Order: sequence, then structure tokens, then C-alpha cells
Amino acid sequence: MTQPRIGDSDLLYRRPVSVWWWTRKRNYFLFVMRELSSLFIAWLVLYLLLFIRAVAHGEAAYVDFLDRASSPWLVAVNVVAFGFLVLHTVTWFSLTPQAMVVSLRGRRVPAAAIIGAQYAGLALVSAFVFWLVTP
Amino acid sequence: MKFSIYPFIWLAFSGGGVMAAIFLPVLAFLFALAFPLGWIDPPDYDHIAAVVGHPLTFLVLLGIFPVILIHAAHRFRYTLYDGLQVKHKGLVALLCYGGALAGSFATLVFLGNALTA
Repeated sequence: MTQPRIGDSDLLYRRPVSVWWWTRKRNYFLFVMRELSSLFIAWLVLYLLLFIRAVAHGEAAYVDFLDRASSPWLVAVNVVAFGFLVLHTVTWFSLTPQAMVVSLRGRRVPAAAIIGAQYAGLALVSAFVFWLVTP
Repeated sequence: MKFSIYPFIWLAFSGGGVMAAIFLPVLAFLFALAFPLGWIDPPDYDHIAAVVGHPLTFLVLLGIFPVILIHAAHRFRYTLYDGLQVKHKGLVALLCYGGALAGSFATLVFLGNALTA
């Protein structure tokens, strides 16, 4: 960055923004919470990876993992993470039609149809995984 | 046309967002809550080892976990820039994408171990 010359300073002045700018309005707060969901999504992937590692290590490690996963701290973290994941899923589905225009036979597919298709995908995948892993 | 990495990051970001929204809820619900807390009886070891160690599981999870991690890294990077006004931009980007890369490598290793177990 080049140094500002004397006399330019009033043009370059940028009002400092508070770190807490997003707490003042509900919309801003929801925006930052939605973005923050990424941290909990990364955590859930890490958690699932550790689960896979435990399964690879054998039956004792698997039982031990489930036992540790029921400790209050981990349950609390996972409940919060699940809440953020639901926020991600709902907001992601509803913004997809705004980010992507889908046409079928020259007509624009309505937003409700795109959102509905995603929920159908979610239901299908959920039912399949449920069927696959539950005894 | 000049090559740019941004379309690929953007594609991984949006693809990862969809994958996270569709695949993670059921996985998180079952493995992080329902099984550990006993809401649903957890599968016995032989069953879950067969599911986790199946080649199709390997392929599917190797396809979706890395893009979800890139999605999360990209979004968290901008959460730090915009939400928390973090100024060390290069360092933040390095840590976020580096974390996603490390997680992708762990996905390959852990799934690979489960496959051969």
C-alpha cells in the first residue's frame, strides 16, 4: 500500500467499525450466525472423521468413542453444532434460487420448486442413511 | 483468458454448502446425538464396520467431506474478516485453507484405514 500524501488524509479516512457491529440489528446478527455455522460444520466433519477412525481401530475403540461422545461437554457442543447446522441447511436452501436460475423448457423454475427439490433430496438422503446404519 | 483460482473455490464453496445441507443433518443427528445418547440403539460393531469400510462409502465420503471442509474454510475466512474485523488476511487464509487441506488428508487416511481393517 502506498503512503497517503499530506492533504489526502481526509479523503482516505475510513470510520473504524466496531467489532460488535453485528449485534445491533437482528438481520446483521443472523447474517453473522449464518456465516459462523461454517465453524460448527467443520467441527461435525472432524467429529465424523474421528468416529471413522475409531471404527477402523476395532470394536473396543468404537464402544469407547460412543461412551465418550455421551459426556455432557461433548453433547453440549454437538447440540449447539446441530443447531447451527439446521440454520445452515434452512438458509442455504432458501438462498439457492437467488444464486442460481434454473430453466426448464425455456421457463424459469419457480423458487418454491427449487427449495422443495432440495428438501426432497435431504429427505431421501436422510432416509437412506438411516436405513443403512440403524440395526 | 487469464487463469484464475476463484471460480474453483467458488464452485467448491457452493457445492460444499449443498453437500453439508443435505448429508450432514442425518449423519450428525445419528452419530453425534441419537447413538451416543441411546435415543436409538447404536449399530453393532460388525454392521458399522462393514458400512464404514465399504468401497462405496469410501468414494462418497471422500467426495463430500473435502468440499464441505473447503466450504467451511472459505466461509469462516470471511467471518473473521467481516464479522470480527481480523486484519491478518494472509495468515487467516493460510490457516483456513490449510485446515481444510489437512482435514481432506485425514479423510483419505482414516477412510483408507477403515477400508483395509
